[in-house]
Amino acid sequence: MQLTVWTYEGPPHMGAIRIAASMQDVHCVLHAPQGDSYADLLFTMIARSAKRPPVTYTSFQARDLGADTAELVRKTLRETVDRFQPRALLVGEACTGELLQDQPAALAEGMGLDCPVVPLELPAFTRKESWGASETFHQLVRSLLRGSAPRARNPAAEGRRPRANLLGATALGFRCRDDIAEVTRLLDSAGVDVNLSAPAGATPDDLRRIPDADFNVCLYPEIAHSTCVWLERMFKQPWVKTVPIGVGATRDFLTEVGQVAGIDTAPAIAAARTRLPWFSRSVDSTYLTGKRVFIFGDATHAIAAARIASEELGFEVVGLGSYSREFARELRAAAERYGIEALITDDYLEVEARVLELAPELVLGTQMERHIAKRAGIPCAVISAPVHVQDFPARYAPQMGFEGANVIFDTWVHPLMMGLEEHLITMFREDEEFHDEAVASHLGSGNRSAAQTDAPAAASATADTAPATTDDSIGADDVFVWEPEAEQELKKIPFFVRGKARRNTERFAAERGVARITVETLYDAKAHFGR
Amino acid sequence: MTDVSAAVRTSESAALDGQGCAASIEVHREQGQRQAFCGLAGIVWLHRKIQDAFFLVIGSRTCAHLLQSAAGVMIFAEPRFATAILGDRDLAGLADCNEELDRVVTELLARRPDIGTLFLVGSCPSEVIKLDLENAAQRLARAQQGRVRVLAYSGSGLDTTFTQGEDTCLSALVPEMPGRHDGAHALLVLGTLPDVVEDQFRRLFDAMGIPSLAFLPPRRASELPAVGPGTRLLAAQPFVGETAAALVDRGASLIEAPYPFGVEGTRAWFHAAGAAFDIPADRIEEAIAPAAARAERGLARYRDELAGKRISFLPDSQLEIPLGRFLQRECGMELTEIGVPYLDRRMLAPELELLPADVRLTEGQDLERQLDRLRADRPDLTVCGLGLANPLEAEGLTTKWSIELVFSPVHGFDQAADLAELFVRPLNRRQRLAL
Repeated sequence: MQLTVWTYEGPPHMGAIRIAASMQDVHCVLHAPQGDSYADLLFTMIARSAKRPPVTYTSFQARDLGADTAELVRKTLRETVDRFQPRALLVGEACTGELLQDQPAALAEGMGLDCPVVPLELPAFTRKESWGASETFHQLVRSLLRGSAPRARNPAAEGRRPRANLLGATALGFRCRDDIAEVTRLLDSAGVDVNLSAPAGATPDDLRRIPDADFNVCLYPEIAHSTCVWLERMFKQPWVKTVPIGVGATRDFLTEVGQVAGIDTAPAIAAARTRLPWFSRSVDSTYLTGKRVFIFGDATHAIAAARIASEELGFEVVGLGSYSREFARELRAAAERYGIEALITDDYLEVEARVLELAPELVLGTQMERHIAKRAGIPCAVISAPVHVQDFPARYAPQMGFEGANVIFDTWVHPLMMGLEEHLITMFREDEEFHDEAVASHLGSGNRSAAQTDAPAAASATADTAPATTDDSIGADDVFVWEPEAEQELKKIPFFVRGKARRNTERFAAERGVARITVETLYDAKAHFGR
Repeated sequence: MTDVSAAVRTSESAALDGQGCAASIEVHREQGQRQAFCGLAGIVWLHRKIQDAFFLVIGSRTCAHLLQSAAGVMIFAEPRFATAILGDRDLAGLADCNEELDRVVTELLARRPDIGTLFLVGSCPSEVIKLDLENAAQRLARAQQGRVRVLAYSGSGLDTTFTQGEDTCLSALVPEMPGRHDGAHALLVLGTLPDVVEDQFRRLFDAMGIPSLAFLPPRRASELPAVGPGTRLLAAQPFVGETAAALVDRGASLIEAPYPFGVEGTRAWFHAAGAAFDIPADRIEEAIAPAAARAERGLARYRDELAGKRISFLPDSQLEIPLGRFLQRECGMELTEIGVPYLDRRMLAPELELLPADVRLTEGQDLERQLDRLRADRPDLTVCGLGLANPLEAEGLTTKWSIELVFSPVHGFDQAADLAELFVRPLNRRQRLAL
């Protein structure tokens, strides 16, 4: 049993619904109790879909449990196929359905339905949403391509441009809609056509055309990695592994596309229009240098964000983590590049403890990290699912490609206090309007709420008692007495680096066996560690 | 309505002998796919209302996902709900499961020393594996040595639909309520009301001269009202039937009344309450007249916009019947179909009597068939859940999403116009938009 305040991923059947909802002419039947249809509103409300996701639930209730729930499954299957006449039917169960062991997929296969049935095994008590989506996509592709033979492809000889499949975009994926548009444009600029995008926008018949492409582009490894590996094995389709999020990654992506497609993409790279490099180099951005940033999300977005933060914006990555256990190795390798240890967890409380311990100046995370950041009073921007309705915007807002980099620059810098204000607040502490407890003035009016101003204190109290912090160099037994003057002096340090200053001072005191912290200790520590 | 003996019911069976129009309304029962929340969704408003309570769902990742999908748009620094997610290990053996639950609760209480009352909320998975949460609650309460009250109730989709989760939660509070044996008369208003509405009602009951007044749920779980033979129950929500029955078992008696929606409903509600305390009708009228007159004036503004429009309710919260009654009788709307997730005749008898005898009333749901009927009817306005609202809008139907009716102040005189406005707004919006 795991205590969960927020969960980064839904159950695996949520992943199956996402695949069905991404596609056309695919329907999903789920053996699930009344109430599990809440999942529909993620599509209709968060992604503002104009149609219901193609899912039918058996909606069993307590009174059905005494009767024949297997018959309920059969009835639901029959009626669903009659009504919707899908070109492929996904059949699975939600967590409670799994406990009943009615085997709906096996029942469906035995019913002689006149459409391809893809049975889904979705272990709800061990796996989660991304795994469910990846598995469903993989099984669907496998089952539709069964019996297809690999075909010979040679774009140059056939006198055509190379073509690629874009794999991994789904309904409810973070910015998938615009990423597909941006990557399609990017590939076009390099002389590559898109054969199809899947699952988003594809029909079962489209999936049968996957082998027509010269190579695959794995845009979202969490969804499409296993399918790309399988397609490479079965249809000799090479695939592009670089995910084009960030300017550097987009250039690398185009280079890799060139290698895989056997074309020269250097002109496309040279012709790229992106503002991030200049915006980041302009003196206005100097104050961003060394800003301490904590990054958490799915592995793909977290790894990409770390590279952008470090190489393209000049931040210092102090924490990097992900809930995607399937990509823990990749994430650990990335964290090593920044000299930190990766945090691989799906436990919200563990992430919270790490943020409070590190006291970063900016959090780049998911909707969940917005809760943590609010509690700790730290600016925050969203870089990865899970996200809420505001991150399915009306405007063009890709994360990928060169326009994606522009969007990212604006998004990440926005929550930070702007340079002049940051200076003035540090210089003059008693201004009524611009002061420590105020939110950055470009973010609106008013003070932080009482809860928020109390939060850092409450937060540090939690962090002190949390076992997670004892592996820090500060021993659990160290108790520090801050002299009132030192405490006063600490308050003169800008709030966004104050947590870090407190920590450094205490570490400095611990290392030297100093029990009482004076103003002198504070400045000694500052001289020792730098800002 | 003013006859005390008829209005005050102490027997459950009395509710089943529908009279007048109520008996002649034909109820169509349907079974099939349902598009409704489970009772866990009740946590979304209950945790705001009961300020010192914490809701721990014992369930699967699905349950946790539901909760955050429903509530997650609010950014909480310290949310007052969480889920203990069952894993493979927990399913292997039940004894282990109880130990695990104890560990999780201890962890939670250490993190949140401010919790006064902890609800262990049962879910479909916890019920299918027959995890005994009642027992666990007692064990944990003992372990906490009275520092924290621990209670259990079910919010599972197997047992509860949406607002029924409030009913099961309040039922769990009933045994905790102090007894009152002096026979003194007191009024207990049942069902979550927004704070502002509660305050309005309190002022009106005071003006009527109700001797003693309390609300369930209270704003703090540590301030539970007393219950005993003198207690008269007045339901403010139609979905608290199980709680009412539990209170009747403790000696209270239920005042039969329509629900306080609109001027008519609110007036009848106050009169029924007053009659139960032998307060003369003219004194009641004197107390409520200014508010009722004000409400009439406020309502007039919206009546023209709703009159003659056809409305359908898909099943959701159990509020469909009283709201349909209000919209038909006070706003002049035509009821095309009223769908309810379940029909508690005991709680809705006075409302059924006010409905037109030929209304199409559907209990339960077979979603696709109901949508077929809806598309054939093409009403001017459809009240439905958020999983259906946008898709129906895309089909050209105008919708009013139903959950808002649970989250907004809609009861009482001073909200009667606001309630009508909630139905006017989508129609008005459709007219305004040029594209």
